[in-house]
Amino acid sequence: MATVPASADWLSPEAGPTENAQKIDTLYWIVMAVAIPIFLGVEGALIYAMVKFRARKGAVPAQIRGNTRLEIGWTVGAAVISIVLAVVTFAFLPAIRNPPNSGPDGLDVRQAGLTSSPFVESGAGREPPVPPDGQALNIDVNGLQYVWRYTYPDGDDNPGNNVFAYEQMVVPTNTTVVLTIRAQDVIHSWWIPAMGGKFDAVPGYTNATWFKVTEPGEWDGQCAELCGRNHANMVATVKAVPPAEFEAWLAGKRQEIDAANQAAAQQREQVEAGRPPTEPGG
Amino acid sequence: MAAVDTTRPATRTAQPLPQILARSVERVPTGWTSWVTTTDHKKIGIMYLVLTFAFFLLGGVEALLMRVQLAVPENSFLDPSTYNALFTMHGTTMVFLFVVPILAGFGNYVVPLMIGARDMAFPKLNALSFWLLAAGGLVFYASLFFNPVEVGWFAYAPLSTGAYSPNGGVDAWIFLIHLTGISSLVGAINFYATIVNMRAPGMGWGRLPLFVWTILVYSILLIIALPVLAGAATLLLTDRHFGTSFFDPSQGGDALLWQHLFWFFGHPEVYIMVLPAFGIISEVLPVFARKPIFGYKAIAAATVVIAFLGLLVWAHHMFATPSPDIVLAFFMISSFLISVPTGVKIFNWVATLWRGTIEFKTPLLFSVGFISLFLVGGITGVFLAVFPVDWQLTDTYFVVAHFHYVLVGGSVFAIFAGIYYWFPKITGRILSESIGRWSFAIMYVGFTVTFLVQHSAGMEGMPRRVYEYPDVGNLALWNMISTIGSFMLGIGVLVTVWNVMRSLKKGTLAGPDPWKGNTLEWFTQSPPPTNNFDLVPRIRSVEPMKDIRRQVERQSPVEAARPQPAPESTVTA
Repeated sequence: MATVPASADWLSPEAGPTENAQKIDTLYWIVMAVAIPIFLGVEGALIYAMVKFRARKGAVPAQIRGNTRLEIGWTVGAAVISIVLAVVTFAFLPAIRNPPNSGPDGLDVRQAGLTSSPFVESGAGREPPVPPDGQALNIDVNGLQYVWRYTYPDGDDNPGNNVFAYEQMVVPTNTTVVLTIRAQDVIHSWWIPAMGGKFDAVPGYTNATWFKVTEPGEWDGQCAELCGRNHANMVATVKAVPPAEFEAWLAGKRQEIDAANQAAAQQREQVEAGRPPTEPGG
Repeated sequence: MAAVDTTRPATRTAQPLPQILARSVERVPTGWTSWVTTTDHKKIGIMYLVLTFAFFLLGGVEALLMRVQLAVPENSFLDPSTYNALFTMHGTTMVFLFVVPILAGFGNYVVPLMIGARDMAFPKLNALSFWLLAAGGLVFYASLFFNPVEVGWFAYAPLSTGAYSPNGGVDAWIFLIHLTGISSLVGAINFYATIVNMRAPGMGWGRLPLFVWTILVYSILLIIALPVLAGAATLLLTDRHFGTSFFDPSQGGDALLWQHLFWFFGHPEVYIMVLPAFGIISEVLPVFARKPIFGYKAIAAATVVIAFLGLLVWAHHMFATPSPDIVLAFFMISSFLISVPTGVKIFNWVATLWRGTIEFKTPLLFSVGFISLFLVGGITGVFLAVFPVDWQLTDTYFVVAHFHYVLVGGSVFAIFAGIYYWFPKITGRILSESIGRWSFAIMYVGFTVTFLVQHSAGMEGMPRRVYEYPDVGNLALWNMISTIGSFMLGIGVLVTVWNVMRSLKKGTLAGPDPWKGNTLEWFTQSPPPTNNFDLVPRIRSVEPMKDIRRQVERQSPVEAARPQPAPESTVTA
């Protein structure tokens, strides 16, 4: 297994250096701030009642059947808290849903030969979010039993020459990354806790999310929807590197793919010419 | 209406003294055939309670096996397919074979007694309900010897379709859904007919015991929700065996359809499992606080409102699916709203204890334990309703902790309160108080140790339904604590089992009304004769037994000589 942030956060959800995860964390703490007084108030009243109103000699229970004003009071109180929480959630939602532009020292997606437009027609499901300037790095996440496959579409019509990777997703820092999330067989769920919430990969649908990592690092996650026997081992990592390093990684991958494509073409020629294929690497 | 009755002091009339002791009855047939052939709601109720409790113990063993596997990181005690089968059987057992039917068991035993009826409306259908349940459990557990189901109690398609789960386990699960579903439907119709038609004279809707209110609403929810699950399971069956493709996207089906259908049943199911538990709490608290329930009407109304809203929150199980924001927002708000009537109930229970004289009997301990734990489950539910926060928390151990606080801290603690409260009525003997207190203490501590830390495991990134996890962060620590707690919880449950076994023979004789109860089941003998009541009194309030005791007190010369307690005033500010 790869590394995990040393300061594992056990009182609130994980939040790595990306705004969407941090906003979710803030929202969590706001709900917590509302929850703690309610928790302490009710448990306190309960404990107080248990101690104070124990059956004692001569104690007479008050035959109270209700108190309309009090009851209306706490009903309205609970409703008001619900409304406040809903309003706060809607106030936070845009910053969680909508990606910002890439930073000035982020990757120039077009120059790197990649695209911000999704790899596949989204069809049913969630439209991928777009930053205000329309420039983001699209990575296509495809869940299959029991591995995650990432495609970095280059925008041309040939799906065979795209850079792809399994398990570890390499992304440039300070760059808005938009993920389109799909599944090939059963339902999976994409989740890197430090990069924000989880998004189900449902066959026949496209889901989407984004993150923008501000510092290099590696964050682990794994499939969060039961997908079969090896569900526990369907792991994923996001590795954020500076844009220059990312481009170097991309070039290396392209070379690998070119080499593999050439080898495959050669093999095809040999098969078509009726000669036995040479052992790869032999 | 009853205006004439209330304006006139009942004691000064020439009405005959109500009979509390029943006359001797015919010798009751015994032996196993009397159980197999019975249509008596009390015997059926006992069979329900015993069978479902046996399933509870089985489900508990499955849980403990999982906790052993998870005690340390990268453990190899169980293989993944066994582990998947265990959590599927644990969830299915606890929902379909324990919590829902044991509440039907209490309902069967207690509802006719509480409303002054001789039996359920349809005694033979009642027996059918029980035997269908037993058959469902048998079919499901028989799959242990073949290929147990591994797809989780929620059986999400496409994983549960033939392409990905070809073996018969899923079919056994579908069979269980149908058998227990028909069982619950028939039972629900029976409860509904009984409660609507067979109440004692004078028992209007405003005098119906709160437990009966919850069983009525439980029945209505079952009637609405179960056919949807039955339909969904049938679609799955035809997908698996008859060439349809309702859930296969490559053939024009839809993988999310299953989730909508399943949770349209699945969320009302949560309230089906918890509303009658609320009802038990609403019966137990006033008896041991010696004080009327605070806000009877509000609690009864909250039950109905929860049930209604409970039908409108199902997609909060699906916040991570590719659904439009407007859908997520709707289900967030409806989930928030349900916290209002639930909060009302909790506040009313605390207010019921307030200024009472609380007697610390075991049923009361479990009820107060229920309030303190259910509150936590309710509050974590609000976190999960905030859908952006849910994206982080859903499908993690945080959710596991949340719903165990609701279903174990909630329903199971209430069920134990019910066992301690009604055992004297059912058997004629009282469960040992000292053993009961130990059971409660061990269960409460064991439960908290098990599930509190699971919130943290979830927030550190541990998903549900994983048979192993890496040694990162504090996961090893949380899981070890949780495993230790789960065994404490198991011991606490066994202490009650021992208590039941022991008290069946050695328990103190209860008499008709050991707790000075409020409701009509305490009017008859313990255990009640086959016909329940020789005489059903006219009901004048929501606490008929209190009225009867007061009347007896006034009319009996010995009691009259004693100083009377302060007159009870009805304060309604």
